[in-house]
Amino acid sequence: MPVLMDRERMSRTLTRIAHEILERNRGVDDIALVGVRTRGVPIAKRLAAILHDITGHEVATGALDITLYRDDLMKTAVGPQPIVRRTEIPFSIDGRHLVLVDDVLYTGRTIRAALDALIDFGRPSTIQLVVLVDRGHRELPIKADYVGKNVPTSRRETVQVRLAEIDGVDEVLLDQVEGGTA
Amino acid sequence: MKLLLKGARVVDPASGIDGVRDVLIDGDRVARVDVSIPPSAVPDAAVVDLGPSLVVCPGLVDMHVHLREPGYEHKETVRTGAASAVAGGFTAVACMPNTSPINDSASVTRFILKQAAEANLARVYPIGAVSKGSDGKELAEMADMREAGCVAFSDDGRPVTTALLMRRALEYAGMMGLPVIDHCEDKTLAGEGVAHEGFHASQLGLRGIPGAAEDVMVERDIVLAAMTGGHAHIAHLSTAGALRAVQAGKSRGVQVTCEVAPHHFTLSDERLLAPLPYDTNLKMNPPLREVRDRASLLEGLRDGTVDAIATDHAPHHADDKRVEFDRASFGIVGLETAVSLAFDQLVHPGVITLTRMVELLSVNPARIIGVPGGRMAAGDVADITILAPNLPVTVSASAFQSKSRNTPFDGWRLRGGVAATIVGGRVLYVNTAVAQAAGLAGSA
Amino acid sequence: MSDRATRLRGKDLLGIADLTSAEISLILDTAEAMKEVSARPIKKVPALRGKTVINLFYEPSTRTRVSFEVAEKRLSADTLSVAIATSSVVKGETLIDTALNLEAMNPDIIVCRHASSGANHLLARTCKAGVVNAGDGMHEHPTQALLDAFTIRERKGRLAGLKVAIIGDLLHSRVFRSNVYLLTKMGADVWACGPSTLTPAGIANLGIHVTTRVEEAVEGADAVMMLRIQMERMQGGYFPSLREYFHVFGVTPERVALAKPDAIIMHPGPMNRGVEIASEVADGPASVILDQVANGVAVRMAVLYLLAGGGEDEAAA
Repeated sequence: MPVLMDRERMSRTLTRIAHEILERNRGVDDIALVGVRTRGVPIAKRLAAILHDITGHEVATGALDITLYRDDLMKTAVGPQPIVRRTEIPFSIDGRHLVLVDDVLYTGRTIRAALDALIDFGRPSTIQLVVLVDRGHRELPIKADYVGKNVPTSRRETVQVRLAEIDGVDEVLLDQVEGGTA
Repeated sequence: MKLLLKGARVVDPASGIDGVRDVLIDGDRVARVDVSIPPSAVPDAAVVDLGPSLVVCPGLVDMHVHLREPGYEHKETVRTGAASAVAGGFTAVACMPNTSPINDSASVTRFILKQAAEANLARVYPIGAVSKGSDGKELAEMADMREAGCVAFSDDGRPVTTALLMRRALEYAGMMGLPVIDHCEDKTLAGEGVAHEGFHASQLGLRGIPGAAEDVMVERDIVLAAMTGGHAHIAHLSTAGALRAVQAGKSRGVQVTCEVAPHHFTLSDERLLAPLPYDTNLKMNPPLREVRDRASLLEGLRDGTVDAIATDHAPHHADDKRVEFDRASFGIVGLETAVSLAFDQLVHPGVITLTRMVELLSVNPARIIGVPGGRMAAGDVADITILAPNLPVTVSASAFQSKSRNTPFDGWRLRGGVAATIVGGRVLYVNTAVAQAAGLAGSA
Repeated sequence: MSDRATRLRGKDLLGIADLTSAEISLILDTAEAMKEVSARPIKKVPALRGKTVINLFYEPSTRTRVSFEVAEKRLSADTLSVAIATSSVVKGETLIDTALNLEAMNPDIIVCRHASSGANHLLARTCKAGVVNAGDGMHEHPTQALLDAFTIRERKGRLAGLKVAIIGDLLHSRVFRSNVYLLTKMGADVWACGPSTLTPAGIANLGIHVTTRVEEAVEGADAVMMLRIQMERMQGGYFPSLREYFHVFGVTPERVALAKPDAIIMHPGPMNRGVEIASEVADGPASVILDQVANGVAVRMAVLYLLAGGGEDEAAA
């Protein structure tokens, strides 16, 4: 299975993205990170830690579960997260520059659901999107503002992001859907 | 018209016969039963080669059925009930009086007999009510009803409410030598129960009818039968306790007899949970009891404590069953499944012999209600049932002759069934599957 | 520990008896997330958008019906409640007829409360819609047991190994049966207590302790659950007077003191103060009765979501 990103590469990528966020937003004022469950959450926390290292400021971080906002076409294969979990956004999002964080951007439906969910929580000034991997094949007009790596893929492939906090290792793998080893 | 049945196994316990015999029927009587009756000796007889895999026995008698006419003709009529009987192998049935109006008078009795005569299928013997309107207060006109044709008395559907009334009934019916058939159920204990009071009813949240409700009244009736010298017959006995009481009564010489229904020797109350929870075709009174009650009944059928198998055939329209369990009517049909269940659940597993089955379904019931039957010796009326002990039968409610389809046995595969039913020398029912082999079709 | 469930089997929730412990955990875990929705300023998620839910109540009930309605609306379902007056039943419209009429309007779920045990089994066999049992006769009240379990778990962190006392009219109580099935499946130690006249046959076979002494049931208990004594039971001759019932079986502060110091007091409501429960106990600090009500909405949201809103083929890789 080809390794698209190893631990070192992931770490450098996240550092680069953190700087991009700072540059685009001219600092961390009014910024809040919201990770999309499940793997967007540790990535958001890491970004918050890096931003804190750079600026000395705490960046508010939350976790968003989009299961209750999925559309019909998302009933299958949105990654292994079948259980509805809690959304934890312990701060007001009104007037904030929210940065949504997810591991893989594919059809765009997860982000569409995340936008719907966020609207129910309040009215941010802006919403930006960080993804670790953009694998193409958008079905909705959704674009990431910050991309770790662009990986052209075919529909028969899948991108597996593994994170130390959940999977014990940091890596991004490319796998085949049919005929591949489970 | 003469009919020669050749080569089947004849089981006629009252004549002491169990073996391959030829049977000659002349008109409405049995003419001869012999080891061999050559067709040349009876040139004008229709000859049917049955073969030793079939069994010929005296016509079966179901002493407890509900024919619903007058008053509930949407469930069953005397005609459809008699047709159902014949399809089930029964040459005679005794019908309970809980019609509308109740059969508590000679006029209703005569009406029922008139309907039966017109149907001209199985013989129908009416059972008259014990009390006027079956409301448990005053004795009904038993002598009148007897003269009109009643063979026994019962308030079935309900118990004979008070000990005093049961005493009087036993004394009065005893005068005529007729039995009082009691549906033993203490209503104060039964309350609004709809299922046997036990673990399974508790699991399902169904109000219970305790076994004691039956036992208490069975004991009462036996005491009163002893006191009066009358004959008490316990209808649809279902509990181990009731059976013990009957056994004790008999051993003391009390004139008590009892019957058991096929559903009680086949099913028990855990069936309410699966495969179809709350199946209203499992709702009857007395209810399906516990496994150990069933085991007791099997033993009683074997050892002679139980005198008869009677179906308590209780037809109900689908509307009365396709409702919540609490609201569904009590009862299931039974005429067209009794024989197969007796073979499959009793004879083949070795609980009873074939001879005993014939005693339970023919000899004893005929004797208890005092009607001709239960024997097929020369000179006896030619009421004969031909059984196929190894016939594979798949119960199909939609094919029933009865108007009603309320049975829990639909789809059951059983081993054993009815080949043909002959009443007064007329072949009134033939099982087409068996008929081809035996050449029995169309000799009515 | 059995493997996790990701969905409920079947289209209906008729009783706890049909659920595995994994499915029970799934419902409770999902209810956690649903509880958070009720705390938001906009208390709504689109999970059941466009689904039709009909609440069919043959027995009067404000509490349960409102709880279901709120749950349905918070999931964005289209909901309507039908309260069947006793007169309709008397007029003779059967449950089947009512169900078929409703079915013609293509509901996704029917939530039904009925006075006859097993009525919802009949409904589920007749209708294509999923059926949620909101209480059938004396049989089960599954969402009540689920919210009770949720409340215990919330306070105690677990269900396994806890001693739970259930006290009252065991014979007629569907809340009792559902709770017994759930708590035993989840490994709790259940002590059932009530007068002998109100104890159903054979319940020791359910793997619980049965006693007629409140003190024995309550001693060292982690949770004490009261069942309603229905005033009409007096007519059945089950016990001589309410005064005597309270004296022998009432949960008083003295009896509560025998339980663990941090024991919780529960009641499905509505309460008969001074009959099954002393007022001081009902209003005391150990009482979680109002939490039960709040949790009822979250649990019912979870059940409705899992039956109607969850994905069909989630298991597919």
